[in-house]
Amino acid sequence: MSTFLPHFPATFIVTGDPLIYGAEVSIVLATVGILFVLTYFKKWGWLWREWLTTVDHKKIGVMYLIAALLMFFRGGVDAMLMRTQLMRPNMGFLQAEHYNQIFTTHGTIMILFMAMPFIFAMFNVAVPLQIGARDVAFPYLNAVSFWLFFFAAMLFNLSFVIGGSPDAGWVSYPPLAGLEFDRGPGENFYLLSLQITGIGSIATGINFMATILKMRAPGMTLMRMPLFSWSVLASSILIIFAFPALTVALALLLIDRLAGAHFFTMFQGGNPMMYINLFWIWGHPEVYIVILPAFGIFSEVVSTFSGKRIFGYSSMVASLMTISVISYVLWVHHFFTMGAGPGVNSFFAVATMCVGIPTGVKVFNWLFTMYRGRIRFTVPMLWAIAFIPIFAIGGATGVMLAAAPADYQYHNSFFLIAHFHQVLIGGTVFGMLAGMYYWWPKMFGHMLNERLGRWAFWLFNIGFYVTFFPQYLLGLMGMTRRMYTYPANMGWNTLNFISTIGAYVMGIGFIVLVLDVVYSIRFGERDFTGDPWNGRTLEWSLPSPAPHYNFARIPTVTSRDAWWTSKQERVRGDAPMKLEPLQPIHMPKSSGRPFIMSAIFFIGGFGLVFNWYALGFLALLGILISLLLRSLEYDTDYYVPVEEVEHTEAALGRA
Amino acid sequence: MIQGLTHNDHDRHYDASALSQPSHRPRQGALRARKTTSLLGLGVTAGLSLLTTGCGERYLVFRPVGPVGQVEKELIILSIILVLAVIIPVSLLLWHIVWRYRDVPGNPAPYDPEWSESHVLEVIWWGIPIVIVGVLGAFTVRDTFLLTKPPERTAAPLTVQVTSLNWKWLFQYPDQKIATVNYCEIPTNRPIQFILSANGPMNSFWVPQLGGQEYAMPGMAMRLWLQADRSGVYYGHGANFTGRGFAHMAFNVIARPRAEFDGWVRQVRHSAPVLTRVGYQSLVQSNLVKPMAFSAYAPGIFESALLKEGGMYMKRDLTMLGRSHSHSGT
Repeated sequence: MSTFLPHFPATFIVTGDPLIYGAEVSIVLATVGILFVLTYFKKWGWLWREWLTTVDHKKIGVMYLIAALLMFFRGGVDAMLMRTQLMRPNMGFLQAEHYNQIFTTHGTIMILFMAMPFIFAMFNVAVPLQIGARDVAFPYLNAVSFWLFFFAAMLFNLSFVIGGSPDAGWVSYPPLAGLEFDRGPGENFYLLSLQITGIGSIATGINFMATILKMRAPGMTLMRMPLFSWSVLASSILIIFAFPALTVALALLLIDRLAGAHFFTMFQGGNPMMYINLFWIWGHPEVYIVILPAFGIFSEVVSTFSGKRIFGYSSMVASLMTISVISYVLWVHHFFTMGAGPGVNSFFAVATMCVGIPTGVKVFNWLFTMYRGRIRFTVPMLWAIAFIPIFAIGGATGVMLAAAPADYQYHNSFFLIAHFHQVLIGGTVFGMLAGMYYWWPKMFGHMLNERLGRWAFWLFNIGFYVTFFPQYLLGLMGMTRRMYTYPANMGWNTLNFISTIGAYVMGIGFIVLVLDVVYSIRFGERDFTGDPWNGRTLEWSLPSPAPHYNFARIPTVTSRDAWWTSKQERVRGDAPMKLEPLQPIHMPKSSGRPFIMSAIFFIGGFGLVFNWYALGFLALLGILISLLLRSLEYDTDYYVPVEEVEHTEAALGRA
Repeated sequence: MIQGLTHNDHDRHYDASALSQPSHRPRQGALRARKTTSLLGLGVTAGLSLLTTGCGERYLVFRPVGPVGQVEKELIILSIILVLAVIIPVSLLLWHIVWRYRDVPGNPAPYDPEWSESHVLEVIWWGIPIVIVGVLGAFTVRDTFLLTKPPERTAAPLTVQVTSLNWKWLFQYPDQKIATVNYCEIPTNRPIQFILSANGPMNSFWVPQLGGQEYAMPGMAMRLWLQADRSGVYYGHGANFTGRGFAHMAFNVIARPRAEFDGWVRQVRHSAPVLTRVGYQSLVQSNLVKPMAFSAYAPGIFESALLKEGGMYMKRDLTMLGRSHSHSGT
């Protein structure tokens, strides 16, 4: 194979499967359609100026949200295909190769390209507004993070039609994922796209930690900060310390695969176990990275729709921070069965159970936030209420899994599958959907339709139970994960069938959710108040959607639930503070470079997937030049003049 | 192209009727004094039995036939009881609160929007999970240490070397010097020391009714103690994904009394072919095969795969291979 001339593998374009032909055709049609619409309506300039080059956290949040929903769809289709194959024993719907690719992409997409952008959407949409800031600490870096994620997701999805999808599971354990057993480019797609999105994630972690620590409005001490922002702080700290381990694991495995090194190979001194340790040193904190922001959202939603202060605020903060610390010493519980000694297993077992303590405390505090409140059953609140029993059970099965000797019987069985879907769907997905309904008016200036929202909620919630409860039982019956087929005589047939039906119901729920979004764009109730839920935190003091500079005047905070307090003061007739005169507002300038640089990352990543080192080298050069140009750039900010602020505020009906 | 990756794999279907064979004698051994757990478990067992009426024997994890599986089952039941002590009150409390404090006109329930602290309550619910974790943690640690020892001290253990290959299981009996593929015979009431390794992607060796699993990893040899106290045919399967043929990595463990086991060994010695190094190399190829038996095998197959260049990390653990190591030809 020539190193510097492009070498096309025999299977460059994936062929031979009707599903993939269908995908190829629809990708081409969708691309042509988008290009046509943009050209016909002369929207190219608008797209570039308003979206591709924006550094506004609110728009970046919206783009994260759209991307997360699209990836949710892709990962969900994967799930439907898997469940269809498992609906009956000995089904011939998918071949082994195809099934293996699908469960690999399902897991990878749902964690890295659905859950992560979804939480980042919420970070971006809510945090600066909640803490009284005009943007994040590093707006340009924020755009870099988004576009790295976006192009990494494109790179990963491209493997479906070019080169073939990865098929070694989302954990991608060597030696199965090593060159010895997996020669195809699919695994390279996995490694490179995760590497690229990982860089973006680390940058986001740094960005939001800096934003929360340094950019809070005057008077907003840490202990007056809304719990969602606290959860983002905890999550960001986890990202900063956990993601580098993933970066290292992926890089070493990539070097094994591209350059024939032996970090994780079976022989020549390699040790696959090291990959597994590194992977889970990231992987375990990762699940808390995606669950903590959901906890934050539930805290906001439960408090708002109970019309009551959050119960045990200090406990809530303490438990968030405790979870984030403990989560670093749990990783071995993913492989109790890999031969660690009883001392090691005992330590990690008890440490894992200990996570249940702060988590249990949070559940009780949410319950007692509702206690003596006035509960409004809005759609975000429905997701939050449904979360509690699901998470109580999911957490309980987590404690059961933590008992190491019991785990020898659950490990890699459907019991485990049911457990982590229960906490990740019941926790993260329910949390993000609650957040989406909650902050939708703040993002777009209109509400989502409650009626459709309720339909989506009930379908998804009931479908969830029907899908995953049978899977606990299947695990106890001895069914292991990642089997593309199973024999008819094990007694697994009925439960698998029920589980598949449940998955379809969840799928319908998702479709209704999308219908709600589409319907509400046109018909959703407009929010002219900026405070449609009678909210408690500062984002509800702003118009919906907020102007690009967020706050015309940075508020001064005197208590927790700052907006609630100021509304109370107004009701009591306390003299409203005299408004300070407006000042020119310092804002960052848009830049096209994050988009361009990330596109170069994409090109370089694509080159390395096929061992085209020349392309990889050129891309590296392009990235370095982009970084250098940024370093030499001084004209990065501007001031919004007072007249423009006055004009904008007047147009929004604010003094 | 891999042949035989079709959806039917009749040869490996285990015989479910064999699961309900009567016990030959009461369970014995060092792991029996666990009455407290058993009593606690009674209620949950009853509940689970109700849940699984009619097909209870399908819940392999709850139908252990040996002391290891029994220890694990009792720990599982204890953990279910402990977590139910949280789930049930939380669910009732949620139901009650959501109903009582719903926002409807004229709801007489108190509304106290500023009430947000109660040290007594918070101490209670920091305390409850701590107690539960303490209890479950203690039992977990005890059992974790317990399971690293042979389940029955009185009977001499039998060693079986297990290798996960793509996509088949090779069982070698270093003391009997015979080997099988995709099925494994063991004597009852005798601890079995499975020494697990892989010559291929890592797998996990799981026979739910005997007890929990342990990984089979290349370049490593790991020990798993299991024991069957009842004769029967027990379903086993790889539990860690190894590629295209993974779904077909089922095997049966056939447990029978000592005399019958010895008879089986003699029969294999007399009737089965020899596993040569060439034959082993063909087993290492990625494909599916039917169950096989070998009257003898080239010495050192297991150890040389283990030590092949990468096993350096395992040298200190070679003592664990025990008697089998003395057979090593390399």
